[in-house]
Amino acid sequence: MSIVTVQLGQCGNQVGQELFSVLISDSLEAQRQCRGEPGRAYRDCSLERFFREHNEASYARAVLVDMEPKVITHAVATAAKSSTWKYEDGSYFCQKQGSGNNWANGFCVHGPRHEEAVSDLIRRQVERCDRLAGILTMMSVAGGTGSGMGTYITQCLRDSYPHSFILNQLTWPYGTGEVIVQNYNSVLTLSHLYQWSDAILVHENDTVHKICAKLMNIKHISFCDVNKIIAHQLGSMLQPADTVGTLGHYTRNPVGELLKNLVCHSEYKLLSLSTIPQMSSSSLAYSSFTWPGLLKHLRQMLVANARMEEGIDWQVRVPLNGQPALERMAEKTKQGFNKSLANVLILRGKDVSGADPEAFLHPGLYSSWLPAGTAFSTWRSPVPFNGYEKSATLVSNSQSLLKPLDNIVGKAWNMFASKAYVHQYTKFGISEEDFLDSFTALEQVISSYRHL
Amino acid sequence: MTQSIIVQVGQCGNQVGCRFWDLALREHAHINTKGVYDEALSSFFRNVDTRRSDGENDITSGKIRSLRARAVLIDMEEGVVNEILQGPLRDVFDSTQLVTDVSGSGNNWAVGHKVYGPACRDHVVEKVRRAAEHCDSLQCFFLIHSMGGGTGSGLGTHVLSLLEDEFPEVCRIVTSVYPSAEDDVITSPYNSVLAMRELTEHADCVLPVENQSLVDIINKIQQMAHSGKPSQVIRKESTLISGRGGVGGTEKPFDAMNNIIANLLLNLTSSARFEGSLNMDLNEIAMNLVPFPRLHYLVSSLTPLYTLADVNIPVRRLDQMFTDAFSKDHQLIQADPKHSLYLACALVVRGNVQVSDLRRNIERLKPSLSFVSWNQEGWKTSLCSVPPVGHSHSLLALANNTCVKPTFTELRDRFMKLYRKKAHLHHYLHVGGMEHACFSEAVTSLSSLIEEYDQLESTKSLLWSDAPRLQVAT
Ligand SMILES: Nc1nc2c(ncn2[C@@H]2O[C@H](COP(=O)(O)OP(=O)(O)OP(=O)(O)O)[C@@H](O)[C@H]2O)c(=O)[nH]1
Ligand SMILES: Nc1nc2c(ncn2[C@@H]2O[C@H](COP(=O)(O)OP(=O)(O)OP(=O)(O)O)[C@@H](O)[C@H]2O)c(=O)[nH]1
Ligand SMILES: [Mg+2]
Ligand SMILES: [Mg+2]
Repeated sequence: MSIVTVQLGQCGNQVGQELFSVLISDSLEAQRQCRGEPGRAYRDCSLERFFREHNEASYARAVLVDMEPKVITHAVATAAKSSTWKYEDGSYFCQKQGSGNNWANGFCVHGPRHEEAVSDLIRRQVERCDRLAGILTMMSVAGGTGSGMGTYITQCLRDSYPHSFILNQLTWPYGTGEVIVQNYNSVLTLSHLYQWSDAILVHENDTVHKICAKLMNIKHISFCDVNKIIAHQLGSMLQPADTVGTLGHYTRNPVGELLKNLVCHSEYKLLSLSTIPQMSSSSLAYSSFTWPGLLKHLRQMLVANARMEEGIDWQVRVPLNGQPALERMAEKTKQGFNKSLANVLILRGKDVSGADPEAFLHPGLYSSWLPAGTAFSTWRSPVPFNGYEKSATLVSNSQSLLKPLDNIVGKAWNMFASKAYVHQYTKFGISEEDFLDSFTALEQVISSYRHL
Repeated sequence: MTQSIIVQVGQCGNQVGCRFWDLALREHAHINTKGVYDEALSSFFRNVDTRRSDGENDITSGKIRSLRARAVLIDMEEGVVNEILQGPLRDVFDSTQLVTDVSGSGNNWAVGHKVYGPACRDHVVEKVRRAAEHCDSLQCFFLIHSMGGGTGSGLGTHVLSLLEDEFPEVCRIVTSVYPSAEDDVITSPYNSVLAMRELTEHADCVLPVENQSLVDIINKIQQMAHSGKPSQVIRKESTLISGRGGVGGTEKPFDAMNNIIANLLLNLTSSARFEGSLNMDLNEIAMNLVPFPRLHYLVSSLTPLYTLADVNIPVRRLDQMFTDAFSKDHQLIQADPKHSLYLACALVVRGNVQVSDLRRNIERLKPSLSFVSWNQEGWKTSLCSVPPVGHSHSLLALANNTCVKPTFTELRDRFMKLYRKKAHLHHYLHVGGMEHACFSEAVTSLSSLIEEYDQLESTKSLLWSDAPRLQVAT
């Protein structure tokens, strides 16, 4: 089964291009490393999922959309240069002028105006899949095109493919941004997507930037560095893995499995990703890892809501469920605890069948209304991922995005209270009531996660 | 890529415009060494085949044949425009881009606005249309004019509202030269206040520039040039104050001052003309910097201005560039943004500067600046990889800041001084369509603008808390 990816706006196109690079190089490397059947099966599964083979060339199952040409031209050229894969001719749509960081311009003007052209491109890609596993859309929430038009296109996709899985990968802006109206754009995007998307997978630029600085030891961090990390994490989630326990038998539909395992309630759709280990390739050569060590760190990252292994707070503990002692527990440990609704653990690499994820089954990790056995699942693949002998990724539907979401909404409220910049949106047909509806929807999401 | 059209009105507008075209040509010549007509050039220039004269002579790719400025030149007297057409820039304009008359507006806003405005309207529309038809994606009009005279101020603002009517989707950025207190035009306060109302109502952004500030900057640069310190050598080819080295010949009185304004425009449009890792489209300027429609006056500062020796600038010097952009003597109007309140701020950077340099400097400067409570993180940034000719990097800071207020209040005071005595009023009132109400409404509009900045500034010292949020029942 195959996944069709839609890359929107500058960020979506830059991250998307990095993702396909990782996917193909990992697949080719897998075949080189794991000779024979396991490597080939992994490669075939991955290629079928993300690429169309034609005349000995691999074409990404992707549609590229932006309202200005520079970024797409660059992405298409970079892919062509790789000589391992390319974007299909005529799989992209661009115009001359961006949406000027204005969500309303993307959503109310560019979206409707170009709906047909973009839908045609997507339909063409879908028709080229033997079977469609789902649609992955990638974009930032802070600009105008990815956020506004991306939201509009998601809505169209929901109408056209009512039974397909739609997963939105969103990049959240730096706290102090390059876009002053980023919090408005984020609020409008998230509140609308919440109605139409099956799940929203979030990368925060601040977090990923820190990973580049602290774990990868990069001095002058560029967007390219940041995107490589995001692509690595996404790849480790999307590449073939066995979801039931018979190694070497890859699940056909990772998106479907993921959503089945993680999103059991439409009030809770926010997913975050953590991967361990992550380090520069020079350090990697001198490091070795054990599964118990990796899983111990990853579990504490989940418990203490740390997105990287450096600086984890080991004081934070899992509260004992239903015990009165909870009340008396030290403030510190109680505060930092990150409660989950559901988690999927994906293990890749050497000796993976011996890795024991027992510690993730602790009932105290989860909300009281979903038993840990249902809330947690493990996927495995014996093939090392993207150069890491062993690696573990946790896809989590938990409180981990509560704080950043609350921050975005809070800052947007502050601005909205003075009505600043609102005229830029009403100009394109987004009224103050629309803003209020969006605020209401997100306050509801915040409240739900807070009381998980 | 998108295109923009420059509409230059009146003596000042045309003289400043010409400095822009000269420097822009020089900048592109410096970078475009192969002589191929590229996207960067196309944003402000057409490439035409002069052998065809049917108007359909654009060549969209290949070798540069003959470059034409995407410009409309308007003046109600012929002197300045004729001089341009006989000067070194004559080849970038042709007769289809001109709207002129013979007698000028006599430093009278009413003549420019109420007489020439309606009279030239069709003519101007036709020329602008023609220029727009040569663009495949017109994004922005840049209007350049002075506030103190009659044509730029009166007709210029008429053209502004005409652009709004005819091209409502195209963004309008206005560069307005404000008269100094000792301006030779006695009626300049009238003209400026009458024009202000139009700017407030019809522009997307206004970049005010005060002649006094330009004079101060030039004086300081000259002082430094003569002090002869080796660290302060002004590079010969620097476009900052000198027109030499370009197509321009001998320098005229306003040239040095106008070069600074031209540099402001060069930097402002750099991201639209060249590549960069963090692009800023022209339509992002208003979106990010204008929180309320009327409060669209952006105070600009250019750095480096004074220390122009620039061989391998060390980090310290790079950081100095950021510090200077916030100091009083680098602002293009008489204003002190550091001691006033920021509503929003953009940093437009060119040259070899990284995102990490931006972040470091924002973090460093932030504690010394006040931002309005609801926009504590009101920074917009852009990085263009191509530096100005003769420099390794440059910075244009655009501040939506309450520090514009003194300029406006002084202007109002000068206006009231004349108006109370009814001085020169009759020159205006005998122009058809011009009534007392035009004056009182214009000054009311200015007063309420000042009041709006005042109210925001009064929040500066207040402690603020987060806005109340919606409570969700659980
Ligand atoms: N991680 C990452 N973030 C990016 C990248 N490019 C832009 N961003 C972020 O995306 C946001 C800006 O949105 P863009 O994607 O540039 O905007 P757009 O969708 O092209 O929309 P307009 O340009 O406004 O039409 C900011 O928060 C940036 O930090 C990238 O390559 N990687
Ligand atoms: N910076 C600068 N200011 C100028 C220039 N030319 C004129 N000014 C200023 O502009 C104001 C006078 O306006 P002008 O532009 O000369 O007048 P005009 O628009 O041609 O209008 P009329 O001559 O009245 O028809 C005064 O404040 C001058 O100081 C110039 O080239 N550069
Ligand atoms: Mg963009
Ligand atoms: Mg004149």
